[in-house]
Formats: sequence, C-alpha cells, structure tokens
Amino acid sequence: MVEIPSGSAGAIPSAEVEDVELYHPKSWWTKYVFSQDAKIIAVQYSVTAISIGLVALVLSWLMRLQLAFPGYFAFIDADHYYQFITMHGMIMVIYLLTALFLGGFGNYLIPLMVGARDMVFPYANMLSYWIYLLAVLILAAGFFAPGGPTGAGWTLYPPQAVLSGTPGGKDWGILLMLSSLIVFIIGFTLGGLNYVVTVLQGRARGMTLMRMPLTVWGIFTATVMALLAFPALFVACVMMLFDRLLGTSFFMPAIVEMGEQLQHGGGSPILFQHLFWFFGHPEVYIVALPAFGIVSDLISTHARKNIFGYRMMVWAIVIIGALSFIVWAHHMYVSGMNPAFGFFFATTTLIIAIPTAIKVYNWVLTLWRGDIHLTLPMLFALAFIVTFVNGGLTGLFLGNVVVDVPLSDTMFVVAHFHMVMGVAPILVIFGAICHWYPKVTGRMLNETLGQIHFWTTFLGTYAIFFPMHYLGLLGVPRRYFEMGETAFVPPSAHTLNIFITVMALIVGAAQMVFLFNLVWSLFRGREAGGNPWRATTLEWQTPQTPPAHGNWGKELPVVYRWAYDYSVPGAAEDFIPQTVPADGGVTREVPA
Amino acid sequence: MNVTLIFLAVIGAIIVWWLSGQRLASKPWLETGSVQLPDHHGADRQQPPVPAVKIGLFVFLGVVGALFSLAVSAYFMRMASTDWWATPVPRLLWVNTAALALSSVALQWARREAGHGRMESLRPVLAAAFALAVFFLVGQVQAWSELTAAGYVLADNPANSFFYMLTGLHGLHILGGLAVLAHTTVRAFARDVQPERLRLSVDLSAIYSHFMLAVWLLLFSLFAGWANDFVDLCRTLLT
Repeated sequence: MVEIPSGSAGAIPSAEVEDVELYHPKSWWTKYVFSQDAKIIAVQYSVTAISIGLVALVLSWLMRLQLAFPGYFAFIDADHYYQFITMHGMIMVIYLLTALFLGGFGNYLIPLMVGARDMVFPYANMLSYWIYLLAVLILAAGFFAPGGPTGAGWTLYPPQAVLSGTPGGKDWGILLMLSSLIVFIIGFTLGGLNYVVTVLQGRARGMTLMRMPLTVWGIFTATVMALLAFPALFVACVMMLFDRLLGTSFFMPAIVEMGEQLQHGGGSPILFQHLFWFFGHPEVYIVALPAFGIVSDLISTHARKNIFGYRMMVWAIVIIGALSFIVWAHHMYVSGMNPAFGFFFATTTLIIAIPTAIKVYNWVLTLWRGDIHLTLPMLFALAFIVTFVNGGLTGLFLGNVVVDVPLSDTMFVVAHFHMVMGVAPILVIFGAICHWYPKVTGRMLNETLGQIHFWTTFLGTYAIFFPMHYLGLLGVPRRYFEMGETAFVPPSAHTLNIFITVMALIVGAAQMVFLFNLVWSLFRGREAGGNPWRATTLEWQTPQTPPAHGNWGKELPVVYRWAYDYSVPGAAEDFIPQTVPADGGVTREVPA
Repeated sequence: MNVTLIFLAVIGAIIVWWLSGQRLASKPWLETGSVQLPDHHGADRQQPPVPAVKIGLFVFLGVVGALFSLAVSAYFMRMASTDWWATPVPRLLWVNTAALALSSVALQWARREAGHGRMESLRPVLAAAFALAVFFLVGQVQAWSELTAAGYVLADNPANSFFYMLTGLHGLHILGGLAVLAHTTVRAFARDVQPERLRLSVDLSAIYSHFMLAVWLLLFSLFAGWANDFVDLCRTLLT
C-alpha cells in the first residue's frame, strides 16, 4: 500500500481517462422517450414503478376494507381478495421496490456518483427499461384478462397456483404472472450487467472502491446478488409454465381436482419452494442493501459528520450479501423438512443479525454528537432506523424454529415483513427522493407538504403494523378472507382491525400529498442551486443542475478523497467535496 | 441445491479473490490527496485494459451459470422421486456434441487468426464455426423429433421433461450466441472493418462458445447418466 502524503499530489490532469463514446440523441424521441441517457432512464423507471406501486396501494386499501368490514363491500368476494393479496405483494416487492432501487436510483446515481459520463452499455440500458415496462404491462393485463389476475399468493406455491380452485389458476392469471416475471428478469439482467460493469470499469480517476459512497456499494452488491438470485425465479417460472401448459410434473404431485384425477404425478411442490426462496430471501436484501447504503449517505450528509466505521459498513454490506444466500429455508420451517436443516438455517439466519447490527450501531454512532439537521431526508432516515430495528427484532423471533412454528401464517409474519422490508425501504425511498429531487429537477421540495407527508406516513405505518403483531400473537391467521367461527379470537381483535383499516386509508391518502408535492415543486419549488445540502459526493459537483447529457463538462472529475469529509477540523467549510485536492481543503497528518 | 451451492462457492471465491486486490482494508479517511488509480487506469500499465464488454460478458456468464446450476439442482432433487426413469440418449447427440466442440475449436482458431490480423484465413474459419453451431442446433431439434417418435414425449416422465427443458434452454442460449456470431461473421466479410473491433468480437464469441460447450458437456453427462454415478459416489462418501 503506497500512501502519498497529502499535498504532493495536488493537481493531476484528468485527461488520461479515455472518454466513453456517448450516443448523442438526434430527435425528441431519442432524447426523452427512447433515451440512452441513464438519467432519463432512471426517471422512466421511477415513474413506471411508482405508478404500478399506486395500483398496489389501492389493492391494499381494498384488502383492508374487507378485513375491517367483512361482507359490507359486495364487489370484494373471496376470489377478488386473493387476487388483491397476490398482486399487492408481487407488485410491491418486485415491480416497485426492486425496480425503483436498482432501475431508478441505480441508474441515476451510479454514473454520477462514480464520476462516469453514462452507463457502459447505454443501449442495453434502454432495452432494460422497455422490457421492464413490457413486464409491467403484462402484469397489469392480468386485471383485464378473463378470470382476472392470479390469486395464488405472492409466493405462487404449486400445486394450488395452477388449479381451478385458485383464481386465475386455469385462466390467464397465472400465465400472465409467470410470463411477466420471466420478462422482468430478462430486462433486469440487461440493466444489472450495466450497473455492475459501470462500477467495475467506469469509475473516475482516483475513485477507488473504498472511496465510493455507500449508496454505490449498496446498489452494486444488491445487483450482484440479484443477478445470481433471479435465475432461480426464472427457472421456477419456466418449470411452472411447463406444468401448467404442457402437462409436465416438475412440481405437480398426483392430485384429484373436482373429483377428477389429473394427469400430473410425482412432482415436488417443495422443489418449487426451494427455488422460490433461493430467490426470495436474497430478494429481501436486494431491497435492503440499497436502502442501507442510501441511508448511510443521508445520515452522514445531514448530520454533517463522517460515516462512523466506513470500512465496517462496506464489509457488512458484502457479508450480508453473501450470507443471505444460505438462509432461504427459514421460510420453509413448516414445510416438513428435516429438523437438522431447520437448525442450520436458524443459525445462519441469526448470524446475519451481527453485520446488520453493526450497521445500525454505526448509523447511531454517526448521529452521536453530529450537527443534526432535521431536514426531510434526515427525518426519513431516522424513521428508517427505528422501523428497521423494530422489524429486524421480530425477525429474530421468526428466525427460530420453535418460535416460528406457532407464529407461522399469522398476522405476526405480516407485521414483521411489512415493517422490515415494506415500510423501512419505502421510508428510505422517500428520504432519497427528498434528498436527490433538487439534483434531478433543480428545485427543492416544499417543506410543509413534506412534513405533513412524513409525520402521517411514519406515525401512520406504526399505527397500522404495530397492532398486527398483537393480532398475530392472538393467533389471527393471515391470508384469510374472513374469520368465520373462531372462538379463540376475542371481539376486540375486530375493533383493532377497523382501526388498522382507518389508519391504512389515511396513510394511503397521505401519499397523494407526496405526489402532489413532487408535481407542484417541479414548477413552483424554490431554486435549489447545484449543491443545496452542501454534500461531498460527486453528483453534487456537476457543472449543470440538472446534470446535462454526459454528466460532466469537458473533463471527467478526479477524486482526491473519500466521500465523507464533513466537519473536518481546521477546514474552512464543514464539507470538502471529493474533487478537492489535498491542499484545497486542509492538510492532515498521515501516519507513516 | 448442492450443485447451486457449489456454483455459488466458486462465484464467491472469485469475488473474494477480486475484492482481496481492492485494498478493502485501507483507511480512505487518511488517504486524502493521493489519486490511487483503479487498476484498469494505471498510468504505467503493462497490458491494455480489459474492455468493458468483456467484463460484461463474464458477468453474464455468471448469470447463465447460475441459471443452469439451479436447473441442474432441480434435476437432481426431482430425480430422487420414484417415478423417474432415465431417458435414452439418442446416438445423434454424440454427433451434435462433436459439432459443437468443433465449432468451439474453430472459434479458438479464429481467435488466433484475428489476433495475428490474418483476415483472409479468418473468414472461412468464422463461417465454419457458424455453420457447425447451426448444425448442432438442427441436430438437437432432430434428436427431439427422434425421441418423440420413439414415444418419449415431454409430459410422460420427469426425466423427459427435464431433457426437453434443459436442451431447450441451452439451445436458446446457443441461438443468442449465433445471432452475435452471425453479426461478427458478416462484419468480417465487410470491407471497411476495424481489425481491433473485429478481434474483440471474435474473442467474445469464442469465450461464449467455450462456456456453452462446457455447459453442454455437463448436461450431456447428466443425460447419459455418468453424472448420476458420480453423485451416487458422493452420496456414499458423505453418508
């Protein structure tokens, strides 16, 4: 390791980096619609993801209405209820969270944060978005297909997913769902190759891996994981399509349907579960790792303090990514598998708590004695930490086989995963949008509207999901259309359900405030300037705001320092951008 | 899922090896001012940097590898059930295997010719590689129809289902590679070709072809049943 003392490498010409050949759009269509500019693609991804996410939000309202007022809404019957559950889950996890974090934030932030002009394969990047849009359209087509969308639950477990008792099982529903997933995975692979190779090959001079902002680390690791995990879902979808269309028996056991013996025989539903969760568990971290990274940057910037334990944060991201591939069967404790496996998977599951806890401690220690500005991004980041800790702790309960078995398939599980991978990442998404909106549009979001949205969402989601833990402990099952005769559930549970529903309606409505804010501020927001948060990372140092095509001016930036030089003792300002040479900020002692 | 875990271990080892060269133990907060260059931008580099497309291809091969290792995992797990009886391997598969191997050899040859800038000899070799790969695909379809004619239809038995699905997936990947190879071959015959770019295309095609050949050999050994003996051996050793 060669350490060059500060000052000796003052001005280094940046000309040595070969410029990538940029595609220059010739018409309005190629500039804004079939654009190869990662920033435009990012906005396209985000708008599409948020639009389909709103559909999923409405679906959750409908579910909640049914749970609180069973029988009151005639148009919600059992079939519809299952369709709502399925589509809500699938949209939120894959088409909203995955697409928004990797396709949206990944596309916007990776090239800017590592100092590249664009992604390395802009054409593939464009294809990636259009294939994603196709996947969303196929998915949405399910609502209009005969028989409606599939109601198999978001895990799509066979054999029920392809039987006539399940909505969409023998109609178009399941076919559209499986094809949409296959298309999504193809599109994602094109994008994912871009994100990985851009981080590997596209970094500006001086941008070593250990100088990258944690946001890039999070998105990078999550993309590598997604590239390895999505093939499992791909294989599972293809095999299920075979079972449904061509009569094979990969997953289908011998089964009697409506008094009629089906052609299938010998297939293994457990095999599907293995494949599904081999994708499904890493998927949790595919969503969580970008959130971890982004939150680290928000906290550091808005607390004006360097991130505590940067190295540990990087290692923790990588270790979490690796461990998440060997815990999948903790979703299958009740599938009748060998108890010894349960012990193994419980152990690996609990071990993940260690790197995760390191991250939480480091966030809190970054806040410790920081100069905390309670801006919107900071509020969301703080809310994330609390929510994530809450959701993570119930994860420790569910990770243990003996505790999981009675809690499995109750509302407790619903509460757990909504806290940890529903609300927590969504809070980060809001924080990140508030943080980078000035860079994307050149204008600030309205603070008052933002505060209204934040407090309603933060407190409201607690009001929704905290009581669900209690319902789960009472034994209220999940996925049930209505309770029926259940002596063990007290009437108070029903009152609680009404409360939860009312809160869900309010929180959902609060999201409209946020959307209104996005549109309103686009035209009426305060001018932001290039670096409103006084942040150090490269995306705030672009010559134009919003960044022009090609991101940088004539020369690419050169990076002289890590991403977290906030409140450096002796420096004139409380932040030193990554592009400032050593003598431009402050001279520091370098240990020999 | 053992196959998948082994594959992941290999990928993990590659990632660890790569990360170990990335100074993950450095203390970036103490290294202000120095412009440590990433490897590929080294000022005094000995060899030219690896092109991004090549890195992209390797990452893609990782994804394809994950896909096939998962499918093979599923194969082994499904095989454990009682309704499984092996599909006979059509003799034609041997011919196909030879064609695919020769296609790979031809591409390797093309790689050398392109490396030396011998355009004249490059063209026929590329065309031969292309033709052989097409022959392989046609042969696979022929093998399918032979099997179907002999009564080994898709839904009859899980072994058949896997045979058709795995060969189908593999065939689609070969088809994708063929599209790229066709593009390269056409370019090789064009007049205004940049030797540097062509060399890269041939290089990438060859790497992809070798990888798909390796995948095919593994699948073939699976169908022929040799892999099963190996798995049995492993099982006896483990228990």
